[in-house]
Amino acid sequence: MKQVFSNPVLVKEIKLRFRSPKSFIGILFYLLAMCIFVFGFILLTTQFSGTGYFRPEESFFMFTMLTYIQLGLILFITPGLTAGAISSEREKQTLNILLTTAQSSFQIIIGKLTSSIAFLLLLLIAGLPIYSMVFLFGGVSPGQLGIIFLFFFLTMLAIGSIGIMYSTIIRKTIVSMIATYGTMIFLSAVTGFIYLVITGMNSMVSGTLSSSPLGHFFASINPVVLVLTLISPGSDTFITESTKVDFPIWAGYAIFYICITALSIFVSVKKLRVNMKRTK
Amino acid sequence: MIEIKGLTKKYGSFYALNDLNLTLQAGTVFGFVGANGAGKSTTFSILATLLQPTSGDAFVNGKSVRTDSSEVRKQIGYMPDFFGVYDQLKANEYLDFYGASYGIPEAERAVLIPQLLELVNLSHKRYEYVDLLSRGMKQRLCLARSLIHDPKVLILDEPASGLDPRARIEMRDILKQLKGMGKTILISSHILPELAEMCDEIGVIDGGKLIAHGSVADIQAQLAGERHITVKVKGLLENVATFFEEDPFVSTVELDAEKNSVTFNYRGTEDDQINLLKKAMDHSIRIISFSEAETDLEDVFMEITKGVK
Repeated sequence: MKQVFSNPVLVKEIKLRFRSPKSFIGILFYLLAMCIFVFGFILLTTQFSGTGYFRPEESFFMFTMLTYIQLGLILFITPGLTAGAISSEREKQTLNILLTTAQSSFQIIIGKLTSSIAFLLLLLIAGLPIYSMVFLFGGVSPGQLGIIFLFFFLTMLAIGSIGIMYSTIIRKTIVSMIATYGTMIFLSAVTGFIYLVITGMNSMVSGTLSSSPLGHFFASINPVVLVLTLISPGSDTFITESTKVDFPIWAGYAIFYICITALSIFVSVKKLRVNMKRTK
Repeated sequence: MIEIKGLTKKYGSFYALNDLNLTLQAGTVFGFVGANGAGKSTTFSILATLLQPTSGDAFVNGKSVRTDSSEVRKQIGYMPDFFGVYDQLKANEYLDFYGASYGIPEAERAVLIPQLLELVNLSHKRYEYVDLLSRGMKQRLCLARSLIHDPKVLILDEPASGLDPRARIEMRDILKQLKGMGKTILISSHILPELAEMCDEIGVIDGGKLIAHGSVADIQAQLAGERHITVKVKGLLENVATFFEEDPFVSTVELDAEKNSVTFNYRGTEDDQINLLKKAMDHSIRIISFSEAETDLEDVFMEITKGVK
């Protein structure tokens, strides 16, 4: 752990990030948007009377909305923070010098990834006080919030690793960004659509529902579906019934995203420097 | 210290480097001379473990760039021809980052960084943001960066390119200091007279091939067979030209009516040259001056690369 925090790339990246006013403006606007949503929702529900009451179901609804807002934030900001990590160094002509230092490729990649994840974590943690408003009104347990944050972290890690991988193998930042956003859209939207198509076709062809592991797989890797199953555990049963596969969505999600993270980091480390040993 | 064996780099059918062989002893300052695209930067990139050779190998202090690239990186300080800086870092932080990248402990870096800034005359810019420094200052800072881990070998690709005369002289003085420290330096430059002044050996590369290698004096001696002589006279220039054209060792006679002088190439020995001057005097040619032009490194380069494809 000490090695991670003494990573020169991580230290440099954090220093550079917090010297830029863009970071503070980003946090400010994110918190403002959250505040407007939470207080707007509370005021609308209590009808601006100041004497109205806030039911636990309404608190739960607010929690659900906040969770999806946070998920959207992770899905849209993570590619932006990571997809240029290596390619922008290449474009600014600083990469060659960095690659001739004694740092290992793993150290450089992990430094870049952790600095981006650290900033996202800061955003999430900065939003926690607003998030925790839901506890004032009941309907949500801290354990539930904890589990959701754990899966948010895993999602950040996976999408961040994919961004770093594209940034390493693609020379241009803009192309790397497009590839990362494309992958994110595939994971968060296309997989859901494929799940619906597969289960729909499955019931049409056989007349009755038969087992569809592929449908279950696509549902499992969709972050929107995952959040839904974490917030309302009953929806897990619906997917099990529609695909006839009894495997927890969260487990499938965790396995897939851990594998994606490991694979992306592996490819990034391998592709960062040229393979001097190979003879063409 | 540096051994390059049959190094070849191909892009499709184009040879960026073609069977390059070179051996340099420790402490040598080697100047790499060549036109743009001749293969200098390709050689340096391979030595810096940034580019994979198609065949052949290079060794730095016995470590192969192919099989021991991480060890090679610890032994070299590399300064590319084009490089960027991190906008929001100060000069001392810039060096501190690279010091940490080489695993130098923080306490050592704190002592080392002021010394390096002193060496490159940037002590007064220690707390300035790097992107606000001039081009020459950035070049010097990059040189300091390449020295932070006290490498045995310095690979400097066009370190003086784009600098004004004052910045070039400052850079040259720093390189002389480094030479005095016993570093093995590989340097490429277009400013050839500067290389001649500081290099122990030079290599001329053209079309990916090393076409000449040796000390500056050795290479200049290769051209010594033909001297360039200018004779300034008083009187009719045509008669003088005819006289020199008749000499068997003279070729390419050119007249300069403005300066009233004749210039020609001379292949004879020094004694022949003395006799030619004596004969000219006897022939009543009124000679104001009879001088041999010094061959500088630019002439050597132009002569050696003439006709090489």
